[in-house]
Amino acid sequence: MCLAIPMKVEKIMGDFAIVSIGKNKRKVNISFIGKLKKGDYVIVHAGFAIEKLSKTDADETLKIIEQLK
Amino acid sequence: MKYIEEYRKTDLQKNLVKKIHKISKKLKKNIILMEVCGTHTVSIGRFGIRSLMPENIKLISGPGCPVCVTPTSYIDKAILLSKMKDVILATFGDMLRVPGSFSSLEKEKANGSKIFVFYSPYDALKLAEENLDKIVVFLSIGFETTTPLIAETIKIAKEKNIKNFFILCGSKLIPPIMEFLSQDKEIEIDGFICPGHVSVIIGANSYKFIPDKYKIPCVISGFEPVDILFSIYLILKSLINDRPKVINEYKRVVRDNGNIIAQQVLYSVFEPSDSEWRGIGNVKNSGLRLREEYKEFDIEEKIKINIGEVKEKKSCFCGEILKGKKIPFDCPLFEKICNPSNPVGPCMVSFEGTCSTYYKYERR
Ligand code: SF4
Repeated sequence: MCLAIPMKVEKIMGDFAIVSIGKNKRKVNISFIGKLKKGDYVIVHAGFAIEKLSKTDADETLKIIEQLK
Repeated sequence: MKYIEEYRKTDLQKNLVKKIHKISKKLKKNIILMEVCGTHTVSIGRFGIRSLMPENIKLISGPGCPVCVTPTSYIDKAILLSKMKDVILATFGDMLRVPGSFSSLEKEKANGSKIFVFYSPYDALKLAEENLDKIVVFLSIGFETTTPLIAETIKIAKEKNIKNFFILCGSKLIPPIMEFLSQDKEIEIDGFICPGHVSVIIGANSYKFIPDKYKIPCVISGFEPVDILFSIYLILKSLINDRPKVINEYKRVVRDNGNIIAQQVLYSVFEPSDSEWRGIGNVKNSGLRLREEYKEFDIEEKIKINIGEVKEKKSCFCGEILKGKKIPFDCPLFEKICNPSNPVGPCMVSFEGTCSTYYKYERR
C-alpha cells in the first residue's frame, strides 16, 4: 500500500501541495509535515505526504555504502 | 528519478552481496531474518534478493500485508454492510477480492452492492458529503502508516458535522505483533527488517524494546535493493558483535521519534485495543479503536452487524505463512489451484501478499 518513491513538491496551497513524479502530478494533503518548500521531496501515502526526505541523510548513507568497498 | 537510481546501482549491490557472503562465514548458526512490511516483501522478490543470500541466511516474510492480516470475520461484516439498502461501502482497492466466509466484496459489487474504491480516505468523506441520504462506511484497515490519515479524515468529518460518514474499525499496530512473534519459540527470528513507512510515523525508537528485551536486532530499511542489502549486512554485523540494537538505515525518511504531528492526530482519535489477526488470532493491544469522543463514527455503534458463523478455508496456509512458519512452496494449492487470477487466500489476492509475490518472482 506504500509508494516508496519520493515525490517533488511543485506548489504549496495551504494544507495541500501539488507533487510530481516525472510527468505525473498529484494533489496531496501536507498537514502532517511541518515546514515544506518548493523543490523538497516527500513520501506520499494514500493522498497524504507523511514525511519530508532529508537530502543530507540520503547522501550520507550513500557515502557510507560507497566507502564499504 | 531522484534518490532511486542512486540506491539501485549494480556495483554497490554486487559489493554488498560480496560483503554479506564474507561476513556470513562468521555466523555461529543459521540465521532467520523476517521482514514485516509488504512493500519490502515485494522489493525482495522483485530484485531477487533471496537468491543472493548465502546458504546460512534465510529471509522470511511476516504479517506485513494489511489486507492479508484482516480476519475473515471483518470481510463478512463488510459484505453484510454492503448489502444494506442505504449503505455505500468505501474501501482501498486491495480489499475487493479478499475471500470472506462465503463471498467477496468483488462478487457483491458484481451483484449490485454499492462498493466504491478509493485511493484516499479523504475522498470517501467527500462521497458522504455528496450523498447525504446515504450512509458511507469506510473500511479502516492498515497499520500506523495509514491510520493517521483515517484519523485526520474523521477529525475533518467531526469539524464539518458530517453525520453520514462511518468507519468499520480494523486498523492494527506493528510493534505488538513483532513482540508476539519474538516470543514464539517455533520460529526463532534472529533479526527484523522493520517496516519503512510504519517507522516514518512511529519512529526508530519505538522498536528499542525488541533488542533490549528479546536480544533481536532491528533494522529500519529503505525499499531499494542497495537499502535492503546494506540493512542485511548491518544486521549480520550486529549479530556477530553480539550487540543487538535498532539500526536506522532509512535515515533519509525515518526520524528517531517519528512524525509527531501524525502520532498526535492518530492518538487523539484512536486508542489501542485487542485485535484479531488472520491466522494468528487475538493479540493484546495490537489494534486500534475509536476513542469515546469519536465513537459516533464507528458503524458498529450505529448498526448491529450479526455475521453468524465464520468459515475459514482449511486448505489455505496463509495463517502459517503470515507467522513465517511456512512458505508458499509448502502449500499444496500454490500454483496448481491458487494463483492471482483464482486466489484461494488473501496472501495470493493482495499485490503485497507473500504468495502473490512468490508467484510473480520466485517460482521454481
Ligand atoms: S498459495 Fe493460496 S491457498 Fe496456499 S497459502 Fe497461499 S493464498 Fe493460501
